[in-house]
Amino acid sequence: MSVNCIPMLYTAKGWSMLGLFALIMLVVLPTLNFAVEPDHPLYVSGYIINLLGKIMCYMMVALAMDLIWGYTGILSLGHGVFFSLGGYGMGMYLMRMIGREGQYQSDLPDFMVFLDWKAYPWYWSFTDHFWYAMLLVVLVPGLLGFIFGYFAFRSRIKGVYFSIITQALTFAFMLLFFRNNTGFGGNNGFTDFKWILGFRITDPSTKAALFVITGVTLILALLTCRYIVKSKLGRVLTAIRDAESRVMFSGYDPLPYKLFVWTFSAVLCGIAGALYVPQVGIINPSEMSPANSIEIAIWTAVGGRGTLVGALIGAALVNLGKSWFTVALPEYWLYVLGFLFIAVTLFMPNGVVGLLKRKEKSSALESPSDDSQKTETGTAKLVQESAS
Amino acid sequence: MKILRWWLGLLLLVPISVFALDAELLKGLAAEENDDKIAAIKKITESGDIAAVPALQALFDGTLYTSQGNLIIVSGDKAVDAGTAKPIAPTPTDLTSIDINNRVRRELSSGLAALKLAAPERSVRLASAKQLQADADEGALPVIERALAKEQDVEVKELLLLTKAQINLKSADPAVRLAAVNDLAGTSNPNVKTILAAMIDKKSDGSFNEPDGLVRLAAIEALKAIQGRLSRLELLSHAFNGLSLGSVLLLAALGLAITFGLMGIINMAHGELLMIGAYATYVVHTVFREHFPASFDWYLAAAVPFAFVVTAIVGMALERGVIRFLYGRPLETLLCTWGISLILIQMVRATFGAQNVEVSNPSWMSGGVSFSSGLTLPYNRIVIIFFAVVVVVLVWFLLNKTRLGLFVRAVTQNRTMADCVGVPTGRIDMWTFGLGSGIAGLGGVALSQLGNVGPELGQSYIVDSFMVVVLGGVGQLAGTIIAAIGLGEVNKYLEPYAGAVMAKILVLVFIILFIQKRPQGLFALKGRSAEAMA
Repeated sequence: MSVNCIPMLYTAKGWSMLGLFALIMLVVLPTLNFAVEPDHPLYVSGYIINLLGKIMCYMMVALAMDLIWGYTGILSLGHGVFFSLGGYGMGMYLMRMIGREGQYQSDLPDFMVFLDWKAYPWYWSFTDHFWYAMLLVVLVPGLLGFIFGYFAFRSRIKGVYFSIITQALTFAFMLLFFRNNTGFGGNNGFTDFKWILGFRITDPSTKAALFVITGVTLILALLTCRYIVKSKLGRVLTAIRDAESRVMFSGYDPLPYKLFVWTFSAVLCGIAGALYVPQVGIINPSEMSPANSIEIAIWTAVGGRGTLVGALIGAALVNLGKSWFTVALPEYWLYVLGFLFIAVTLFMPNGVVGLLKRKEKSSALESPSDDSQKTETGTAKLVQESAS
Repeated sequence: MKILRWWLGLLLLVPISVFALDAELLKGLAAEENDDKIAAIKKITESGDIAAVPALQALFDGTLYTSQGNLIIVSGDKAVDAGTAKPIAPTPTDLTSIDINNRVRRELSSGLAALKLAAPERSVRLASAKQLQADADEGALPVIERALAKEQDVEVKELLLLTKAQINLKSADPAVRLAAVNDLAGTSNPNVKTILAAMIDKKSDGSFNEPDGLVRLAAIEALKAIQGRLSRLELLSHAFNGLSLGSVLLLAALGLAITFGLMGIINMAHGELLMIGAYATYVVHTVFREHFPASFDWYLAAAVPFAFVVTAIVGMALERGVIRFLYGRPLETLLCTWGISLILIQMVRATFGAQNVEVSNPSWMSGGVSFSSGLTLPYNRIVIIFFAVVVVVLVWFLLNKTRLGLFVRAVTQNRTMADCVGVPTGRIDMWTFGLGSGIAGLGGVALSQLGNVGPELGQSYIVDSFMVVVLGGVGQLAGTIIAAIGLGEVNKYLEPYAGAVMAKILVLVFIILFIQKRPQGLFALKGRSAEAMA
């Protein structure tokens, strides 16, 4: 848990990497998708754009996971719920926008007509306003995270206990959303979206716009997360991860720190879910299955915990691998994923970033940076600060 | 009618005292006039001779023919003498059918019912009583009265009483109706409730269905009494279902109580060990069906040790191969074992196919104890409750009375000290984990007897199992038992009010809240895992 990559982003190299990423994602790919003829070798198909857009949403979730697990040491098995809740928030708006274009040409979504409902339930009110739906996307996961976190952290539930309880929460939510009577479309969820803010959702230009928006949000999320972990607050978080009792003895109450980063992480997931739904075109309760939430943890672990950049790399690698395998060798994907879980925990506790750093270090031994020392001193510095 | 015919078939199989049948009486069935036929049927019924049933039934079905003054039952291409039940070959060619009208048919069906109510076999009488109840009319009263006088079986007797009361309710005499209502008050049949409720309802013109006020009052009282008895029965059946669910949860969670509770290993592949146990049962089941069909009923006796050994070996391989490198890193163990579970699922899918396989119960486990009031306790659930008790006792014995158990407890309480006094801690870890896994295999055997077996079987139990162990308090066998039974009961009592899914959600929310209050579960513990997790 000692790899710490934040300084990398502060170096010229880090900034230029980020700039390059932004350039490729926000300018090059959309241009290649739009301005280039489909038969040109450089053409980027709508499928690729869609896939990358989806993966960027996953990267955002991985960032949120890294914040809570990599930096604070709390393994959440419930981030899939926050992600899906954000998705459902956006989905409600998109369902309202279908209008009378549905199968039954009714003002109500098809699934409500099917259940013979006459009006929208109360919690669907105002969801036809985009701003209100966006408010839900942020508030619902945030509020759930805040309340759940408050009670859990207040009674000092941590470690595996916390993980198991978040998994139970995930399971309960999945069951809840699978019910038809919950009012979110049962196991079919929301799909068949038509319009978003007056644009056709299937238009290539809409898709490219969503892609760019997702890219911008991801970069903003990365910068925000980096700001958080670099701040004093971030150092307290790292200290909580490494030695919570010592933090408490130093006069800090861990509760508000944990609660803040937990809630922030939940909100970030919600936003990612909201960006995910219009690009994928469907949201259903299977997104909430406990397996999905555990997969999020493995994205972060593959890339390297406590590095932010690692989370991004891990989410991208695992999901690219997944989309390749599920097409080429579908029956082997679970083996690969399973071995990934085992290999990462047994052999690469620091993930891909850890491997890269080790390589870098062995090639340039004169480099003075030693990460394990850094976190140690981080805690030590904190203790000194509070003592003074 | 189908039931009747089926019983008839059975009757034909039992040797019937053929000489008791009065041939002259039977001949009357072929009389020209319908009135004569009815008289003959009445006489036969009064004679109470069960041997006449086939002839009457054949007349009813239109398969009774006359040939040269003899009565012959023809079914398909076989002919039987109606009086002696002896086969007649070849089938005579001059068959004349006997026509009957509805009046005769009515007489026939009540006559048949009456005859069968006197049959020596309980099952025939029961079927007949059910038939009578389904189309109860006043004509059947004398038949019922006569049968009641002789009937000894409780269930048949109750059915007949019920039928009698139902018929009497239609009587014009209020006193008879009142007596009938009072008779009904003593039963606990859900059908009676609707009958009584209809009596105190108003017709469309505002008058009551039951004109007599006194009878109505009695009906209300009777309704209350039945309602009370039925709801008590319902509570009882919930209690049983809860106990059954609890024992399943207990079997699923008991292995986890050892691996997670005692050793502190978060084994996310625990559900898959259950699944492997169920598939091991399936393998034994298939082998027995193919190679030893004679002793198929006892395949479980082989499946239980086989499933235990297979899952214990898988568990020990996991512990030695992977998990022991992750001691002291619970979160990594969690992820790693999750990966293992994915691999196990895919391996089973590749071996046995993604479809569910069916494991049939041995014959002695199908069916159930049924009570007259419609409450049925299936044998397989009862067996599983006892199985859970046996497993718990064995585990308790193993942990508290054997050398292995002593070592397990020693390593749990103080690993270093145990190591110092010469306990082979590494090997004990392996055995303990193998024991926990083997018990999961036993849970799998139980699950295979309740439903379908599929590769995802374990996934649906992993959350529940962890909830049971966490709620019961890590490291506490007693806590696990209480938590499992408690969760089962709470779930089943909530179900009728909230629905199955909502009940489950409510229970999960309750556990989450409970853990807030008592993070250490019902019973707090001291030991290695407590230190690791606090």
